[in-house]
Amino acid sequence: MDKKVLATEEQLAYAKLLDTGMKFGLLILVVTFIVYLTGILAPHVPVNDLPKYWKMPVHTYLTATGIHPGWAWLGMLGKGDFLNFIGIAFLAGVTIICYLRIIPILLKKKDTIYAVLAFVEVLVLALAASGVLKAGGH
Amino acid sequence: MRGRKLKFLSLAVLIFAVLISSAYVFASGEPSAATVPSAAESTMPWWAWPLILFIVTFLLGIVAVLGGVGGGVLFVPIIGGFFPFHIDFVRGAGLLVALAGALAAGPGLLKKGMADLRLAIPVAVIASACAIVGAMIGLALPAKVVNIALGGTILGIVAIMLMAKKSEYPDIQQADNLSTVLRITGVYHEASTGQDINWKIHRTPQGLATFIIIGVMAGMFGLGAGWANVPVLNLMMGAPLKVSVATSKFLLSITDTSAAWIYVNNGAVLPMMVVPSIIGIMLGSIVGVQILARTKPAAVRYIVIAMLLFAGSRALLKGLAIWN
Repeated sequence: MDKKVLATEEQLAYAKLLDTGMKFGLLILVVTFIVYLTGILAPHVPVNDLPKYWKMPVHTYLTATGIHPGWAWLGMLGKGDFLNFIGIAFLAGVTIICYLRIIPILLKKKDTIYAVLAFVEVLVLALAASGVLKAGGH
Repeated sequence: MRGRKLKFLSLAVLIFAVLISSAYVFASGEPSAATVPSAAESTMPWWAWPLILFIVTFLLGIVAVLGGVGGGVLFVPIIGGFFPFHIDFVRGAGLLVALAGALAAGPGLLKKGMADLRLAIPVAVIASACAIVGAMIGLALPAKVVNIALGGTILGIVAIMLMAKKSEYPDIQQADNLSTVLRITGVYHEASTGQDINWKIHRTPQGLATFIIIGVMAGMFGLGAGWANVPVLNLMMGAPLKVSVATSKFLLSITDTSAAWIYVNNGAVLPMMVVPSIIGIMLGSIVGVQILARTKPAAVRYIVIAMLLFAGSRALLKGLAIWN
Protein backbone atom coordinates (compact mmCIF):
# COMPACT_ATOMS: atom_id res chain seq x y z
CA MET A 1 0.00 0.00 0.00
CA ASP A 2 1.31 3.46 -0.86
CA LYS A 3 2.15 5.54 2.16
CA LYS A 4 0.24 8.76 1.79
CA VAL A 5 2.24 11.88 2.61
CA LEU A 6 -0.10 14.41 4.19
CA ALA A 7 2.45 17.08 5.03
CA THR A 8 3.32 19.92 2.66
CA GLU A 9 6.77 20.45 1.12
CA GLU A 10 7.59 23.35 3.48
CA GLN A 11 6.37 21.35 6.49
CA LEU A 12 8.64 18.43 5.61
CA ALA A 13 11.59 20.75 4.98
CA TYR A 14 11.00 22.43 8.34
CA ALA A 15 10.72 19.05 10.10
CA LYS A 16 13.92 17.70 8.57
CA LEU A 17 15.98 20.72 9.55
CA LEU A 18 14.43 20.86 13.03
CA ASP A 19 15.26 17.19 13.57
CA THR A 20 18.92 17.66 12.65
CA GLY A 21 19.26 20.93 14.58
CA MET A 22 17.59 19.58 17.71
CA LYS A 23 19.82 16.48 17.84
CA PHE A 24 22.95 18.55 17.21
CA GLY A 25 21.94 21.08 19.89
CA LEU A 26 21.29 18.40 22.49
CA LEU A 27 24.62 16.74 21.70
CA ILE A 28 26.45 20.05 22.21
CA LEU A 29 24.54 20.59 25.46
CA VAL A 30 25.55 17.20 26.87
CA VAL A 31 29.20 17.45 25.77
CA THR A 32 29.69 20.98 27.11
CA PHE A 33 28.02 20.04 30.39
CA ILE A 34 30.42 17.13 30.82
CA VAL A 35 33.30 19.58 30.24
CA TYR A 36 31.74 21.84 32.92
CA LEU A 37 31.20 19.03 35.44
CA THR A 38 34.63 17.49 35.03
CA GLY A 39 36.33 20.85 35.46
CA ILE A 40 38.35 20.63 32.23
CA LEU A 41 37.65 24.34 31.86
CA ALA A 42 37.37 26.34 35.11
CA PRO A 43 33.98 28.06 35.47
CA HIS A 44 33.52 31.79 35.99
CA VAL A 45 31.31 31.12 39.01
CA PRO A 46 32.90 28.37 41.13
CA VAL A 47 30.50 25.47 41.61
CA ASN A 48 31.02 25.58 45.38
CA ASP A 49 29.55 29.10 45.37
CA LEU A 50 26.49 28.28 43.27
CA PRO A 51 24.16 27.72 46.30
CA LYS A 52 24.82 31.33 47.32
CA TYR A 53 23.81 32.64 43.94
CA TRP A 54 20.93 30.50 42.71
CA LYS A 55 18.62 31.82 45.44
CA MET A 56 19.20 35.45 44.41
CA PRO A 57 17.00 37.45 42.03
CA VAL A 58 18.70 37.53 38.65
CA HIS A 59 19.68 41.21 38.83
CA THR A 60 21.41 40.72 42.20
CA TYR A 61 23.13 37.58 40.86
CA LEU A 62 24.48 39.45 37.84
CA THR A 63 25.82 42.26 40.01
CA ALA A 64 27.37 39.89 42.56
CA THR A 65 29.11 37.73 39.96
CA GLY A 66 30.11 40.54 37.61
CA ILE A 67 28.34 38.87 34.71
CA HIS A 68 27.14 41.08 31.88
CA PRO A 69 23.81 40.01 30.36
CA GLY A 70 23.12 39.71 26.63
CA TRP A 71 25.67 38.19 24.30
CA ALA A 72 28.62 38.89 26.61
CA TRP A 73 28.86 35.12 27.18
CA LEU A 74 30.45 34.81 23.74
CA GLY A 75 33.56 36.40 25.18
CA MET A 76 33.59 33.95 28.10
CA LEU A 77 33.50 30.64 26.25
CA GLY A 78 36.79 29.70 27.85
CA LYS A 79 34.89 29.29 31.13
CA GLY A 80 33.26 25.91 31.79
CA ASP A 81 29.87 27.34 32.80
CA PHE A 82 29.59 29.73 29.86
CA LEU A 83 30.59 27.01 27.41
CA ASN A 84 27.13 25.51 28.01
CA PHE A 85 25.53 28.55 26.41
CA ILE A 86 26.62 27.29 22.97
CA GLY A 87 24.12 24.40 23.22
CA ILE A 88 21.45 26.55 24.87
CA ALA A 89 21.76 29.25 22.19
CA PHE A 90 21.76 26.63 19.44
CA LEU A 91 18.53 25.06 20.73
CA ALA A 92 16.99 28.51 21.07
CA GLY A 93 18.15 29.46 17.57
CA VAL A 94 17.20 26.39 15.56
CA THR A 95 13.63 27.63 15.01
CA ILE A 96 14.92 30.80 13.32
CA ILE A 97 16.98 28.66 10.92
CA CYS A 98 13.93 26.48 10.16
CA TYR A 99 11.83 29.56 9.32
CA LEU A 100 14.57 30.92 7.06
CA ARG A 101 14.59 27.54 5.28
CA ILE A 102 10.87 27.62 4.41
CA ILE A 103 10.60 31.24 3.20
CA PRO A 104 12.07 30.45 -0.28
CA ILE A 105 9.74 27.43 -0.60
CA LEU A 106 6.71 29.57 0.25
CA LEU A 107 7.80 32.27 -2.22
CA LYS A 108 8.34 29.66 -4.93
CA LYS A 109 4.77 28.44 -4.34
CA LYS A 110 3.58 32.09 -4.50
CA ASP A 111 2.21 31.72 -0.98
CA THR A 112 2.98 35.37 -0.28
CA ILE A 113 0.92 35.74 2.91
CA TYR A 114 2.70 32.86 4.62
CA ALA A 115 6.11 33.98 3.31
CA VAL A 116 5.46 37.38 4.92
CA LEU A 117 4.21 35.76 8.14
CA ALA A 118 7.33 33.56 8.25
CA PHE A 119 9.52 36.61 7.69
CA VAL A 120 7.74 38.50 10.48
CA GLU A 121 8.32 35.50 12.78
CA VAL A 122 12.03 35.59 11.96
CA LEU A 123 12.06 39.29 12.88
CA VAL A 124 10.24 38.62 16.17
CA LEU A 125 12.62 35.82 17.15
CA ALA A 126 15.65 37.83 16.02
CA LEU A 127 14.50 40.76 18.15
CA ALA A 128 14.16 38.44 21.16
CA ALA A 129 17.59 36.93 20.48
CA SER A 130 19.29 40.27 19.83
CA GLY A 131 19.65 41.20 23.48
CA VAL A 132 18.25 44.66 22.77
CA LEU A 133 15.26 44.03 25.05
CA LYS A 134 16.22 44.43 28.69
CA ALA A 135 13.91 43.62 31.58
CA GLY A 136 13.75 46.10 34.47
CA GLY A 137 15.13 45.16 37.87
CA HIS A 138 13.11 44.28 40.94
CA MET B 1 14.03 -4.90 22.91
CA ARG B 2 12.11 -2.94 25.56
CA GLY B 3 14.31 -4.51 28.27
CA ARG B 4 17.44 -3.40 26.43
CA LYS B 5 16.07 0.14 26.10
CA LEU B 6 15.32 0.28 29.82
CA LYS B 7 18.80 -1.06 30.64
CA PHE B 8 20.32 1.62 28.42
CA LEU B 9 18.25 4.31 30.11
CA SER B 10 19.15 3.04 33.57
CA LEU B 11 22.81 3.19 32.56
CA ALA B 12 22.40 6.75 31.23
CA VAL B 13 20.73 7.85 34.47
CA LEU B 14 23.46 6.19 36.54
CA ILE B 15 26.28 7.76 34.51
CA PHE B 16 24.71 11.18 34.82
CA ALA B 17 24.22 10.80 38.57
CA VAL B 18 27.83 9.65 39.00
CA LEU B 19 29.06 12.59 36.91
CA ILE B 20 27.29 15.13 39.09
CA SER B 21 28.34 13.43 42.32
CA SER B 22 31.96 13.09 41.28
CA ALA B 23 32.26 16.68 40.10
CA TYR B 24 33.11 17.71 43.65
CA VAL B 25 36.61 16.44 42.91
CA PHE B 26 37.45 19.59 41.01
CA ALA B 27 35.24 21.84 43.08
CA SER B 28 37.28 22.16 46.25
CA GLY B 29 39.81 24.95 46.54
CA GLU B 30 38.88 26.45 43.21
CA PRO B 31 39.83 30.11 42.70
CA SER B 32 36.88 32.45 42.51
CA ALA B 33 36.39 34.91 39.65
CA ALA B 34 33.34 36.41 41.30
CA THR B 35 32.76 38.28 44.51
CA VAL B 36 31.12 35.86 46.94
CA PRO B 37 28.53 37.10 49.39
CA SER B 38 29.13 36.21 53.00
CA ALA B 39 25.66 34.89 53.84
CA ALA B 40 25.48 31.68 55.83
CA GLU B 41 24.53 28.78 53.58
CA SER B 42 23.01 25.32 53.68
CA THR B 43 25.21 22.47 54.90
CA MET B 44 24.36 20.40 51.83
CA PRO B 45 27.18 20.13 49.27
CA TRP B 46 26.61 22.18 46.10
CA TRP B 47 26.12 19.10 43.91
CA ALA B 48 23.27 17.71 46.02
CA TRP B 49 20.63 20.07 44.59
CA PRO B 50 21.49 19.52 40.91
CA LEU B 51 21.49 15.77 41.60
CA ILE B 52 18.09 15.95 43.35
CA LEU B 53 16.88 18.20 40.51
CA PHE B 54 17.94 15.58 37.97
CA ILE B 55 16.14 12.79 39.87
CA VAL B 56 12.97 14.86 40.38
CA THR B 57 12.84 16.01 36.74
CA PHE B 58 13.37 12.40 35.65
CA LEU B 59 10.28 11.46 37.70
CA LEU B 60 8.40 14.53 36.40
CA GLY B 61 9.19 13.39 32.86
CA ILE B 62 7.54 10.03 33.55
CA VAL B 63 4.51 11.59 35.26
CA ALA B 64 4.10 14.24 32.53
CA VAL B 65 3.83 11.62 29.80
CA LEU B 66 1.45 9.45 31.81
CA GLY B 67 -0.64 12.46 32.84
CA GLY B 68 -0.76 13.92 29.32
CA VAL B 69 0.73 17.30 30.29
CA GLY B 70 3.87 19.17 29.26
CA GLY B 71 6.94 19.07 31.48
CA GLY B 72 7.05 22.85 31.93
CA VAL B 73 3.70 23.11 33.69
CA LEU B 74 4.87 20.66 36.38
CA PHE B 75 8.46 21.91 36.49
CA VAL B 76 7.94 25.57 37.40
CA PRO B 77 5.54 25.23 40.38
CA ILE B 78 7.22 22.13 41.84
CA ILE B 79 10.85 23.22 41.44
CA GLY B 80 9.94 26.83 42.29
CA GLY B 81 8.04 25.75 45.39
CA PHE B 82 10.29 23.13 46.91
CA PHE B 83 13.86 23.88 45.73
CA PRO B 84 16.13 26.72 46.91
CA PHE B 85 16.40 28.25 43.43
CA HIS B 86 15.04 31.75 42.84
CA ILE B 87 11.89 31.88 40.73
CA ASP B 88 13.76 33.87 38.01
CA PHE B 89 16.09 30.92 37.33
CA VAL B 90 13.28 28.38 37.70
CA ARG B 91 11.25 30.12 34.99
CA GLY B 92 14.29 30.34 32.69
CA ALA B 93 14.95 26.62 33.18
CA GLY B 94 11.22 25.81 32.83
CA LEU B 95 11.08 27.51 29.43
CA LEU B 96 14.16 25.66 28.21
CA VAL B 97 12.75 22.34 29.49
CA ALA B 98 9.47 22.97 27.63
CA LEU B 99 11.41 24.16 24.57
CA ALA B 100 13.64 21.07 24.47
CA GLY B 101 10.60 18.77 24.76
CA ALA B 102 8.81 20.62 21.96
CA LEU B 103 11.89 20.60 19.72
CA ALA B 104 12.26 16.85 20.25
CA ALA B 105 8.61 16.09 19.47
CA GLY B 106 8.19 18.63 16.63
CA PRO B 107 9.89 16.84 13.71
CA GLY B 108 7.90 13.60 14.12
CA LEU B 109 4.59 15.44 14.54
CA LEU B 110 5.24 17.58 11.44
CA LYS B 111 6.37 14.65 9.28
CA LYS B 112 3.25 12.63 10.14
CA GLY B 113 1.03 15.59 9.32
CA MET B 114 -0.36 15.66 12.87
CA ALA B 115 1.04 19.12 13.64
CA ASP B 116 -0.02 21.61 11.00
CA LEU B 117 2.38 24.34 9.92
CA ARG B 118 -0.36 26.45 8.26
CA LEU B 119 -2.32 26.50 11.51
CA ALA B 120 0.80 27.10 13.62
CA ILE B 121 2.42 29.96 11.68
CA PRO B 122 -0.19 32.73 12.24
CA VAL B 123 -0.75 31.63 15.84
CA ALA B 124 3.01 31.53 16.48
CA VAL B 125 3.56 35.11 15.28
CA ILE B 126 1.10 36.41 17.87
CA ALA B 127 2.02 34.04 20.71
CA SER B 128 5.79 34.46 20.33
CA ALA B 129 5.60 38.26 20.16
CA CYS B 130 3.41 38.30 23.28
CA ALA B 131 5.69 35.79 25.04
CA ILE B 132 8.48 38.38 24.75
CA VAL B 133 6.27 40.93 26.50
CA GLY B 134 5.32 38.34 29.14
CA ALA B 135 8.95 37.41 29.79
CA MET B 136 9.94 41.06 30.23
CA ILE B 137 7.03 41.71 32.60
CA GLY B 138 7.83 38.52 34.54
CA LEU B 139 11.48 39.45 35.02
CA ALA B 140 10.56 42.97 36.12
CA LEU B 141 8.03 41.88 38.76
CA PRO B 142 8.99 41.10 42.38
CA ALA B 143 9.19 37.38 43.21
CA LYS B 144 6.21 37.49 45.57
CA VAL B 145 3.96 38.97 42.88
CA VAL B 146 5.14 36.32 40.42
CA ASN B 147 4.47 33.58 42.97
CA ILE B 148 0.95 34.84 43.69
CA ALA B 149 0.13 35.11 39.97
CA LEU B 150 1.80 31.75 39.28
CA GLY B 151 -0.16 30.07 42.08
CA GLY B 152 -3.43 31.54 40.77
CA THR B 153 -2.58 30.42 37.23
CA ILE B 154 -1.72 26.87 38.30
CA LEU B 155 -4.98 26.59 40.24
CA GLY B 156 -6.76 27.88 37.11
CA ILE B 157 -5.02 25.18 35.05
CA VAL B 158 -6.28 22.57 37.53
CA ALA B 159 -9.83 23.89 36.97
CA ILE B 160 -9.34 23.71 33.18
CA MET B 161 -8.03 20.15 33.46
CA LEU B 162 -11.00 19.11 35.58
CA MET B 163 -13.73 20.86 33.60
CA ALA B 164 -12.67 21.30 29.96
CA LYS B 165 -14.31 18.90 27.57
CA LYS B 166 -12.56 17.56 24.52
CA SER B 167 -13.93 17.08 21.05
CA GLU B 168 -12.27 14.34 18.98
CA TYR B 169 -13.61 15.64 15.64
CA PRO B 170 -15.42 19.00 16.08
CA ASP B 171 -18.21 19.43 13.55
CA ILE B 172 -17.36 22.63 11.67
CA GLN B 173 -20.13 23.51 9.24
CA GLN B 174 -18.45 26.54 7.70
CA ALA B 175 -14.87 27.76 7.83
CA ASP B 176 -14.59 31.47 8.68
CA ASN B 177 -13.32 34.08 6.21
CA LEU B 178 -9.88 34.51 7.75
CA SER B 179 -9.07 30.80 7.85
CA THR B 180 -10.36 30.52 4.26
CA VAL B 181 -8.06 33.33 3.10
CA LEU B 182 -5.14 31.75 4.98
CA ARG B 183 -6.13 28.28 3.66
CA ILE B 184 -5.93 26.76 7.12
CA THR B 185 -7.33 23.34 6.42
CA GLY B 186 -5.82 19.89 6.24
CA VAL B 187 -5.98 16.15 6.12
CA TYR B 188 -4.45 13.84 8.68
CA HIS B 189 -4.25 10.08 8.74
CA GLU B 190 -5.97 8.52 11.75
CA ALA B 191 -3.98 5.35 12.33
CA SER B 192 -6.53 3.79 14.73
CA THR B 193 -9.30 3.75 12.08
CA GLY B 194 -7.20 3.90 8.92
CA GLN B 195 -9.16 6.97 7.77
CA ASP B 196 -7.94 10.26 6.32
CA ILE B 197 -9.67 13.03 8.28
CA ASN B 198 -10.41 16.31 6.49
CA TRP B 199 -10.60 19.27 8.83
CA LYS B 200 -11.15 23.02 8.79
CA ILE B 201 -11.48 25.66 11.52
CA HIS B 202 -13.71 28.57 12.50
CA ARG B 203 -13.61 31.54 14.93
CA THR B 204 -10.03 32.25 13.78
CA PRO B 205 -9.96 35.96 14.84
CA GLN B 206 -11.20 35.10 18.34
CA GLY B 207 -8.71 32.23 18.59
CA LEU B 208 -5.79 34.41 17.49
CA ALA B 209 -6.83 37.10 19.99
CA THR B 210 -6.80 34.51 22.79
CA PHE B 211 -3.20 33.65 21.94
CA ILE B 212 -2.23 37.19 22.99
CA ILE B 213 -3.06 36.22 26.59
CA ILE B 214 -1.59 32.73 26.26
CA GLY B 215 1.69 34.13 24.89
CA VAL B 216 2.02 36.66 27.70
CA MET B 217 1.37 33.98 30.35
CA ALA B 218 3.79 31.52 28.74
CA GLY B 219 6.57 34.10 28.82
CA MET B 220 5.73 35.44 32.25
CA PHE B 221 5.67 32.10 34.07
CA GLY B 222 7.90 29.91 31.87
CA LEU B 223 5.21 27.25 31.95
CA GLY B 224 4.92 26.16 28.35
CA ALA B 225 1.32 26.63 27.30
CA GLY B 226 -0.08 23.31 26.11
CA TRP B 227 -2.74 23.50 28.84
CA ALA B 228 -4.17 26.61 27.13
CA ASN B 229 -3.25 25.95 23.49
CA VAL B 230 -5.17 22.68 23.21
CA PRO B 231 -8.57 23.93 24.47
CA VAL B 232 -8.36 27.02 22.23
CA LEU B 233 -7.32 25.12 19.10
CA ASN B 234 -9.77 22.28 19.74
CA LEU B 235 -12.84 23.77 21.43
CA MET B 236 -12.74 27.38 20.24
CA MET B 237 -11.28 27.04 16.73
CA GLY B 238 -12.53 23.51 16.03
CA ALA B 239 -9.36 21.69 15.00
CA PRO B 240 -9.50 17.91 15.63
CA LEU B 241 -8.13 16.90 19.04
CA LYS B 242 -5.03 15.11 17.73
CA VAL B 243 -4.18 18.01 15.41
CA SER B 244 -4.69 20.43 18.32
CA VAL B 245 -2.45 18.46 20.68
CA ALA B 246 0.28 18.00 18.06
CA THR B 247 0.14 21.60 16.78
CA SER B 248 0.17 22.87 20.37
CA LYS B 249 3.32 20.86 21.13
CA PHE B 250 4.99 22.17 17.99
CA LEU B 251 3.85 25.75 18.77
CA LEU B 252 5.73 25.62 22.07
CA SER B 253 8.98 25.26 20.12
CA ILE B 254 8.32 28.73 18.65
CA THR B 255 6.61 30.53 21.56
CA ASP B 256 9.12 29.30 24.11
CA THR B 257 12.02 30.20 21.81
CA SER B 258 11.19 33.91 21.94
CA ALA B 259 10.61 33.90 25.72
CA ALA B 260 13.71 31.76 26.33
CA TRP B 261 15.91 34.30 24.53
CA ILE B 262 14.68 37.05 26.88
CA TYR B 263 15.61 34.92 29.91
CA VAL B 264 19.00 33.96 28.37
CA ASN B 265 19.82 37.57 27.45
CA ASN B 266 18.84 38.83 30.90
CA GLY B 267 21.07 36.31 32.67
CA ALA B 268 18.26 34.15 34.12
CA VAL B 269 19.71 30.85 32.91
CA LEU B 270 22.01 28.74 35.07
CA PRO B 271 23.52 25.79 33.18
CA MET B 272 23.80 23.81 36.44
CA MET B 273 20.00 23.94 36.68
CA VAL B 274 19.07 23.82 33.01
CA VAL B 275 21.07 20.87 31.72
CA PRO B 276 20.21 18.33 34.48
CA SER B 277 16.56 19.39 34.10
CA ILE B 278 16.47 18.94 30.33
CA ILE B 279 18.29 15.59 30.43
CA GLY B 280 16.24 14.38 33.42
CA ILE B 281 12.88 15.23 31.91
CA MET B 282 13.79 13.84 28.48
CA LEU B 283 15.01 10.52 29.91
CA GLY B 284 11.91 10.42 32.12
CA SER B 285 9.68 11.03 29.11
CA ILE B 286 11.26 8.09 27.26
CA VAL B 287 10.64 5.82 30.27
CA GLY B 288 7.11 7.28 30.60
CA VAL B 289 6.29 6.29 27.02
CA GLN B 290 7.43 2.73 27.81
CA ILE B 291 5.29 2.61 30.96
CA LEU B 292 2.28 4.20 29.23
CA ALA B 293 1.57 0.98 27.35
CA ARG B 294 1.13 -0.91 30.63
CA THR B 295 -0.73 1.55 32.85
CA LYS B 296 -4.06 3.34 33.19
CA PRO B 297 -3.42 7.01 32.32
CA ALA B 298 -6.74 8.19 33.85
CA ALA B 299 -5.52 7.43 37.38
CA VAL B 300 -2.19 9.16 36.73
CA ARG B 301 -4.02 12.22 35.43
CA TYR B 302 -5.66 12.66 38.84
CA ILE B 303 -2.24 12.33 40.49
CA VAL B 304 -0.97 15.12 38.18
CA ILE B 305 -3.97 17.27 39.09
CA ALA B 306 -3.30 16.67 42.80
CA MET B 307 0.38 17.56 42.32
CA LEU B 308 -0.54 20.79 40.51
CA LEU B 309 -3.11 21.64 43.18
CA PHE B 310 -0.48 21.22 45.89
CA ALA B 311 2.28 23.06 44.00
CA GLY B 312 -0.09 25.86 42.94
CA SER B 313 -1.27 26.35 46.53
CA ARG B 314 2.36 26.34 47.68
CA ALA B 315 3.28 29.10 45.16
CA LEU B 316 0.26 31.16 46.17
CA LEU B 317 0.95 30.80 49.90
CA LYS B 318 4.66 31.50 49.36
CA GLY B 319 3.77 34.70 47.48
CA LEU B 320 1.41 35.72 50.27
CA ALA B 321 4.19 34.98 52.82
CA ILE B 322 1.94 32.47 54.59
CA TRP B 323 4.11 29.41 53.82
CA ASN B 324 7.77 30.33 53.28
